[in-house]
Amino acid sequence: MKVKMKVNGTMYERDVEPRMLLVHFLRDELGLTGTKIGCDTSQCGACTIHMNGRALKSCTCLAVQADGADITTIEGMAQNGDLHPMQESFWENHGLQCGYCTPGMIMTTTAFLKDHPNPTEAEIRHSLEGNMCRCTGYHNIVKAVKAVAAANAGGD
Amino acid sequence: MWPSAFEYQRPVSLAEALQVLSDHEDAKVLAGGHSLLPAMKLRLAEHEMLVDIGRLSELKEIITIRNGGVKIGALATHAEIAASVDVQRACPALASAAGMVGDQQVRNWGTLGGNLAHSDPASDPTTVVLACGGTIQIQSASGSRSVSADDFFIDLFTVDINPGELITSVELPDLSRHKSAYVKMAHPASRYAVVGVGVVLEMSGNTCTSARVAVGGATVKPTRAPGAESALAGSTLDEAALNAAADAVKSDIADMLIGDMNYPEDYRQEMAGVYLKRAVRAALS
Repeated sequence: MKVKMKVNGTMYERDVEPRMLLVHFLRDELGLTGTKIGCDTSQCGACTIHMNGRALKSCTCLAVQADGADITTIEGMAQNGDLHPMQESFWENHGLQCGYCTPGMIMTTTAFLKDHPNPTEAEIRHSLEGNMCRCTGYHNIVKAVKAVAAANAGGD
Repeated sequence: MWPSAFEYQRPVSLAEALQVLSDHEDAKVLAGGHSLLPAMKLRLAEHEMLVDIGRLSELKEIITIRNGGVKIGALATHAEIAASVDVQRACPALASAAGMVGDQQVRNWGTLGGNLAHSDPASDPTTVVLACGGTIQIQSASGSRSVSADDFFIDLFTVDINPGELITSVELPDLSRHKSAYVKMAHPASRYAVVGVGVVLEMSGNTCTSARVAVGGATVKPTRAPGAESALAGSTLDEAALNAAADAVKSDIADMLIGDMNYPEDYRQEMAGVYLKRAVRAALS
C-alpha cells in the first residue's frame, strides 16, 4: 500500500505492507535511526515522535495510519545546525548517560512544554511517566526541562 | 515485533465504514490502536482485516446535550476528554479518569470508544462510565441502538457489540450537582488499575439520598456494587456508613474477582473496600 508523509519537512512516498509499524518505516525505510526501539510494547517511550504536533509512541502506530501526516523525529529538532533548546539543556544539565532514551525524552518533553509552558516540578515528573530512563534517575532530566521552561518564561 | 499480516481498509465516511463492517463480519475495527496493536504485536490477537475508522471526523465531537449531559464521540481521545470543559462540568469523574489512562503519549491517541470496546478489566474509563450511568450508542448498516452501561459489559474483554456494529458515541448524564470521584490503586509500573472505584453520590444537605458505585481492576469487568450503594444511601456518609459500604462492596464483587501473582484475589477484594472509602472522601472533598 502506498503511503505518503512529511517527515522533518520532507515529503516521502513508499510502498509498504499494512502491518509495518511507523517506527520501522522511520528507521528502516527512511534511515532515520535517531528514533529508538526499546521495549516495543508501548511502555518505555524511546520511540516517541510527534505526529501532527502530538507526542506518539511510534511502535504503537501503523505506517498506513500515518499516511498524510506531518511527522517530526529527533533528527528534525535541530535547526540550521543549532540544537533545539531542549537538546542544549539536556547537554548542559547532564540529562543523559547512555543516551538511548534521550530522543524519546526530548520529543515527549518538548510536546509537554507546548501545552504546559510554566510547569511545576511535579507536573514535569508526571509528564515523564511514559518514558523510562535506566541511567539518570530522572533528576537531571527534570532539571533540563525546568531550565527550558524558565528560559522560555524570560527568566534564566 | 510485527503483527501478522492483515488486509487494511480506510473508509472515508461512517456510512462506508458500516458497509465495510457489514460486508466483512470478521473485520476488526482500528481506532487509536493503543489496545489493539500491542495485542496484535504480541500475537495475542490476529485479524484478517482491520477497518481504520481513525479519520472519521463525525465520531470525534464532544458536545453538551439537551438534558445538560454530555455526548462524547467514540473517537474522542483520553487527552481530549480530560481537557474538555463539557466533560469536566457534566461528568468530572470521567475527565479525571481519562487523565489517569496510560501516559501522555497513550492519552493523545487512545480513544474512549476503543477503550470501551476492548474492555480491559484494568481500564479506568470503563469503570467510570458504569458508575456514571452512561449509555453507549451503537450503529450498524441496518440501524442503531443504545445500551446502558449496566448491560454493556458482559465478561472479561467481552461487551455487547455484534459483528458489523460500531460504537459511535457515549452519552453521560448531567452530574454537575452530584458528588463524584474515581480513585485507583495504580500498578506501580504499568499504572493500570489494580483496583479502581468510581462513586456518584446524590446529596441533600449532609445526607446521601442515592449512590452509584462501580468497581474495576479487581473484577473481570466493571461491576456495580448494590450492597455498597444501599449502605451509603440514606446515611450522612459518616465513618460507620463508610465501613458498612466497604464491607458490602467486598461481598458485591466476591464472584467477579481476578488476581495475579502480585495482587491475588483476596488482596484486591480487601483493597476494593479501602478504595471505596477513599473514593467517597474524594467525592466529598
